[in-house]
Amino acid sequence: MSETAQTMPTRSYLNHPKGLWTWLSTLDHKRIGLMYLYLIMTAFFAGGMLALLVRFELLTPGRELMGADMYNKMFTLHGAIMIFLFIIPSIPAALGNIIMPLMIGARDVAFPKLNLTSWYLYVIGALFMLFSIITGAVDTGWTFYTPYSTSTSTAVISTAFGVFILGFSSIFTGLNFIVTIHKLRAPGMTWFKMPLFVWALYATAILQVLATPVLGITLVLLMAERFAGIGIFDPAMGGDPVLFQHFFWFYSHPAVYIMILPGMGIISEIIAIFSHKKIFGYRAIAYSSLGIAFVSFLVWGHHMFVSGQSELAAGIFSFLTFFVGIPSGIKIFNWLATMYKGQILLKAPMLYAISFLILFSIGGFTGIVLGTLSVDVHLHDTYFVVSHFHYVMMGGTVMALLGGLHLWWPKIWGRMYNERLAAIAAVFVFVGFNVTFFTQFFLGTQGMPRRYYTYLEQYQPLHAMSTHGSWLMAIGFFIMGFYLIHAIFKGKPAGPNPWGALTLEWTTASPPPTENFDKQPLAEHGPYDYDKVVAKPTA
Amino acid sequence: MPSQASTVAPDVDALYYFIYWLSVIFFAIVVGATFFFVVKYRRRGEATTTSGVDHNLTLEIIWTAIPTILVMIIFVWGFKGFVRLYVVPAHAMQVNVTAQKWFWTFDYPEGVNAVNELIVPVDKPVKLLMSSKDVIHSFFVPNFRIKQDIVPNRYQIIWFEATQTGTFNLFCTQYCGKGHSEMVGKVIVKTQKEYQDWIDQASGPVAGETMADYGKKLYTSRACNTCHSIDGTPNTGPTFKGAYGRTETLADGTTIVVDENYIRESLLEPTKKVVSGFQPVMPTYQGILKQQQIDALIEFLKTVQ
Repeated sequence: MSETAQTMPTRSYLNHPKGLWTWLSTLDHKRIGLMYLYLIMTAFFAGGMLALLVRFELLTPGRELMGADMYNKMFTLHGAIMIFLFIIPSIPAALGNIIMPLMIGARDVAFPKLNLTSWYLYVIGALFMLFSIITGAVDTGWTFYTPYSTSTSTAVISTAFGVFILGFSSIFTGLNFIVTIHKLRAPGMTWFKMPLFVWALYATAILQVLATPVLGITLVLLMAERFAGIGIFDPAMGGDPVLFQHFFWFYSHPAVYIMILPGMGIISEIIAIFSHKKIFGYRAIAYSSLGIAFVSFLVWGHHMFVSGQSELAAGIFSFLTFFVGIPSGIKIFNWLATMYKGQILLKAPMLYAISFLILFSIGGFTGIVLGTLSVDVHLHDTYFVVSHFHYVMMGGTVMALLGGLHLWWPKIWGRMYNERLAAIAAVFVFVGFNVTFFTQFFLGTQGMPRRYYTYLEQYQPLHAMSTHGSWLMAIGFFIMGFYLIHAIFKGKPAGPNPWGALTLEWTTASPPPTENFDKQPLAEHGPYDYDKVVAKPTA
Repeated sequence: MPSQASTVAPDVDALYYFIYWLSVIFFAIVVGATFFFVVKYRRRGEATTTSGVDHNLTLEIIWTAIPTILVMIIFVWGFKGFVRLYVVPAHAMQVNVTAQKWFWTFDYPEGVNAVNELIVPVDKPVKLLMSSKDVIHSFFVPNFRIKQDIVPNRYQIIWFEATQTGTFNLFCTQYCGKGHSEMVGKVIVKTQKEYQDWIDQASGPVAGETMADYGKKLYTSRACNTCHSIDGTPNTGPTFKGAYGRTETLADGTTIVVDENYIRESLLEPTKKVVSGFQPVMPTYQGILKQQQIDALIEFLKTVQ
């Protein structure tokens, strides 16, 4: 480690220009990304609190805090906030926005005004959802299945409209990233010299642009159904409720990959940096991102094996589903091969990358279980599914997000966090997560259905264990919140390249100047040329 | 997995455990390799240049091909099992299932019906012809490994053949609102003879039973207890405790004394006169309760004071 004390740059994007309005009207991708990060973390906090309340209510079969109506609203809000306000925008709009232009050596994204527009759309969408909470919230589950959603008396329209607007925010970000990656790469950075995080964001952006409009259309139809009774989904008017499910999952399955692909990109970066080794199978990882993105459009029906679609359709969807599993497996093997004969340093980001490898593997294996037709019939809509998607979404995407935050926190703020506290928090989160969700696999195989306010006495011990796990996780997150915020003000200056990494964002100051780089950077070596170049860590 | 009580359960479980053990093996490889590498290749001192090997075709073909072959085996096995779950044997007996917020009704060919208790004979295929009166519900019996969504405005079919007698849980697994988690019933598998006896007796009270006692049985078997308590706590509907003879204020502000005729009317046209403070969500029992059963429920209500 370097002994020379680092100093903070006097002028950076954080302190120049000053004033709240310069932030709210900024066109700087780093500031916009940071404003996204504030809101996303607020949403994560709110969704997390709701999760704790839901888990607490499930401690025993009886009433703990709330009645069934309130419980139904709680789990709906937990899902809707976590999906639409947190996970989908989390990595692309916050971290991607801040880091991606730096990574490709660009001055900014291609359309800075569109970028700010995306942020304001996010704010407006979030306000609509807030409005719906104040006016009685919604109790449909985040999936809005008809005809329940067209017949319930709760605030479906304002919530759906909020999600509709959030969709446009997502589309604009995707569009911006596609053009940025095509046009603004630094001289020397060919497609196959791009960092894998950039590849992942590129595949994600394609999904955002192509899939999100379908969600928009579906929600417009849902609102029209409630407003005007047009009868597309409502069986009482000759509509088909299963059609809604087809529309909904045509977006929401690719959306799963909007959530996980950027996470995989971060994991590729972390494993290469902290193994100090050239990434194994660069092209395989890059192509598998695109492959996953393509196949993800063809598997939506695996959410509907027991909905009454034809056996043939179910068979085809099941068959294709396994082809999403294979590229995901290839990525895991590539990451392992990267660690082989590396020089591995167990810093906080790497702890989260290893958590990701373990938890995402479990999420993947249980995905194979659920993709298998005859087995899925038993497990569908039980806690097995709840646990599976938390392993993928939280064990996968959130672990990657946390890894990314710990990786780039020194770049964003120019200061280091407390490594010891970081390790303690990571252990709490990892153990708490498994206590919470691994127990739910047992609940699911035993037949415990999801979205139940009360349950049979036989499931109580496992529910109690799951609830206790959620408290461990909460402790981890509170420690993390503490040391990350502390680092912003009191952390040791990090210098430009605290980890000795080779991608371009580490060649400029931490925090970077508004212009990103003092002079046009060149991609003189590949992003993972640890076989040729050694960069000295600056912290 | 819960105990196996249907003909299809062993095959489903065998496939489940096949995938389970494969996953355990691959998981052990991934986690084992991770920890081994972390320990063996931990960084000692300052970082130096490392191996530049970035691909190995043989290795990549192996780790692509093996999982592909395995998942294809899993797919074919699962698809065959799935078809078996949904192709109804020709000689199956039929029971009509009606799902609604928040209870199950079962209608038998003999004209008998039951609420929240599906009573079937052992070792005989049973075909369920299912429909929903309101939103989507889902019929799930964990011990049988079967599940089917019930979408309004169409029939949906599932079948099973129970292999052992006993009582098994029946859950609604498609979220359907406030009472979703109480839309829980039982599947009671009887021997052929017990089943026949039940069919014979199901149309009335057993010998020596008072009307009030029969009504008390109906209170649970017809799922009144899902929404109406008998201990005084208000639920989705008003409590039955002290209901008979009580003066209630209705939603339109008028008052009514709960008597035999009001109870009867509330069973047959439940949304006509709703007690103030409650939602008009109760479904009609027209066609589900026989006259004698209505009489018995009224007698039962009189005893709950």
